Amino acid sequence: MNYFPDEVLEHVFDFLTSHRDRNAVSLVCSLWYRVERFSRQRVFIGNCYAISPEKLITRFPGLKSLTLKGKPHFADFNLVPYDWGGYVQPWIEALAKSRIGLEELRLKRMVVSDDSLELLSRSFANFKTLVLVSCEGFTTDGLAAIAANCRFLRELDLQENEIDDHSGHWLSCFPDSCTSLTSLNFACLKGEINLASLERLVARSPNLRSLRLNRAVPLETLQKILMRAPLLVDLGTGSYVHDPDSETYNKLKTTILKCKSIRNLSGFLEVAPRCLPAIFPICLNLTSLNLSYAAGIHGSELIKLIRHCAKLQRLWILDCIGDKGLEVVASTCNELQELRVFPSDPFGVGHDAVTENGLVAISIGCPKLHSLLYFCQQMTNAALITVARNCPNFIRFRLCILDPTRPDPVTMKPLDDGFGAIVQSCKLLRRLSLSGLLTDQVFLYIGMYAEQLEMLSVAFAGDSDKGMLYVLNGCKKLRKLEIRDCPFGNMALLSDVGKYETMRSLWMSSCEVTLWGCKTLAKVMPRLNVEIINEHDQMEICAEDGQRVEKMYLYRTLVGPRKDAPEFVWNL
Amino acid sequence: MSPENGKHLPESDATGLNLKETELTLRLPGEIRGDIEIKAKSGTKRGFSQIIDLNHDRSSDVDHEHDDRGCDKLENETLAIKPPAAKAQVVGWPPVRGFRKNAMKSFKFVKVAVDGAPFLRKLDLELYSSYQELLCAFDNMFSCLTICNYLNEKKLMDTANGVEYVPTYEDKDGDWMLVGDVPWKMFVESCKRLRLMKSSEAIGLGNLLFRAWGYIPCLIYMSFTI
Repeated sequence: MNYFPDEVLEHVFDFLTSHRDRNAVSLVCSLWYRVERFSRQRVFIGNCYAISPEKLITRFPGLKSLTLKGKPHFADFNLVPYDWGGYVQPWIEALAKSRIGLEELRLKRMVVSDDSLELLSRSFANFKTLVLVSCEGFTTDGLAAIAANCRFLRELDLQENEIDDHSGHWLSCFPDSCTSLTSLNFACLKGEINLASLERLVARSPNLRSLRLNRAVPLETLQKILMRAPLLVDLGTGSYVHDPDSETYNKLKTTILKCKSIRNLSGFLEVAPRCLPAIFPICLNLTSLNLSYAAGIHGSELIKLIRHCAKLQRLWILDCIGDKGLEVVASTCNELQELRVFPSDPFGVGHDAVTENGLVAISIGCPKLHSLLYFCQQMTNAALITVARNCPNFIRFRLCILDPTRPDPVTMKPLDDGFGAIVQSCKLLRRLSLSGLLTDQVFLYIGMYAEQLEMLSVAFAGDSDKGMLYVLNGCKKLRKLEIRDCPFGNMALLSDVGKYETMRSLWMSSCEVTLWGCKTLAKVMPRLNVEIINEHDQMEICAEDGQRVEKMYLYRTLVGPRKDAPEFVWNL
Repeated sequence: MSPENGKHLPESDATGLNLKETELTLRLPGEIRGDIEIKAKSGTKRGFSQIIDLNHDRSSDVDHEHDDRGCDKLENETLAIKPPAAKAQVVGWPPVRGFRKNAMKSFKFVKVAVDGAPFLRKLDLELYSSYQELLCAFDNMFSCLTICNYLNEKKLMDTANGVEYVPTYEDKDGDWMLVGDVPWKMFVESCKRLRLMKSSEAIGLGNLLFRAWGYIPCLIYMSFTI
């Protein structure tokens, strides 16, 4: 390969689309490193504190598309204080100053300010795609800047962000000359929207294929929009409420019949179930259905709807569907690959909650299932063993029993054997979340069998340090480990310190790790940032080393301790 | 037989929700509420059972300072019968994204007027799971009102001047109704606003078949006296 000119190498590398492949290629020799870095356009950074924007820009001058993740995963569940960090501003500033022609920016769990969005919108003439997932810190004013200044904007995709709604006028900031939109998702906005602006925007966006509306968009507007955009592939309805005997509703029924391209359906943030029949005709074509925010659709109506969806590959649903409803899914949706069942009542008993029976039914009817997120009342070892046998193709298996330390209700035993069966059978498993009563034994199984495991989430499990040791020693491909409320301490933490440089990050909260343990680790491993989150002033600077650490987050990094850490985060 | 406070309500116990757990309170951190059902986990040092946290879920414009004045007794009385479904709430469990949790919450803020008070208040009815808890909320929100036991009835009174207040509400049809007749959930759905009416204004209602504080097919005779 050394006899080929660089252009040929580059052309060959063009066929490598995955980041991992390109990363691997860059390690072969210095020639390949050089060719690869100049030709790389897409970069994925799983931890924004592992590298600096300056180093990124230096290495990849041809960068066009950047993905950044900020806060640790457990920040989603309120375990990380506000102000912890994950600011995108320094990245945008550095990129703006450079000659990088950024076109795409995808952020997850980062703090984004209106100033950042303004700067972003003004700095890159060819900016096309902005995707924000689970971010916070900005308002609709920032969105207005994006709308107004990004002349060739194609995608604006806002998923589950906390956005301060100042007014609906941001939609009107798209200039009349903006006709390039292919994807617009503002479902997470809570406020009002200028409906006329929305209709005009859709009317002048002939390439629009994905549109997800927020709660403020009524059914009348939906009908008008669908008239203008019959080629939509992905639709998220806003408010889906009307009188089923009205003319508007009848118009909607007719309009929907023309929308033969819709494959993804979501929304129904407000819904009148009697209006659901209008969408039955397009259900047969659906490959993806997300009703996880449709609290207004109850069990029997859900079931009626699902019976029409024979081609579903992805289904996100609330547990009010019940075990019976899951049986219907199992018999109807034989192509199902991904299932997520969310709790409709996260704090209560959940009378409609699903149990192991629903999951077993699914495993029988949906052999192609590879991704599961399942919130349930209870689970048994027998069920898990059955599921493992029926569905050996799991890549992601996340089980959340609402009472996190509940044993098998039939045998009253821990769920070690059940999860053991899962890891033994599913040889391609990359992501696993455990719950229920679990001893060290489950970790022994995981260490022994989960050879492809990359991410493990553990809560209220295990008996001793051995549990954590089994995982650290056994799972060679482990990248992210997050643990809360387990009896793992310094011995486990310090047993294989080199392991953490092969991983992206480790989170441990409410475990037995002490300040001494964390300090020791930090001293021995300079290329790890070992951060303690200290919220309640329990620890002074001269705290005793023997004191237990409430929250520890460590990650490998090439740029040392971060300079934007707030007071309550100590880098050891 | 006098209708009990909320504890026999089949309907209010149906969900077993102890929504009081989600109320904003001014308790000190770590203070354990007496009415939390704790499930012990064997084996681990710091089990799930020992982790209690107050859920400062959302702010509201309602003063939620709950000292236990009027409510303790009631809570303790309801405790015995409440099914063990009221779970202690642990931070971050179940692991549902904050955005999703907030989106699934329903709010039902209604105005509350008290005869003679200079301004109105607002209450989120979704915070409560029974008429009992609503009564408690009135007690706490309006400092002049206290829940008093009178002939086995719980009544709202201004102890300073002995005036009794009768809770009424405006329903979807615009009619003013006596609170307590229909199942709790039905009430929450149909209630548009609340008015605590001086019972003296109810003169002329005469012999009233009064179902107090519960959806119980049981009759109590109440006469309003000046």
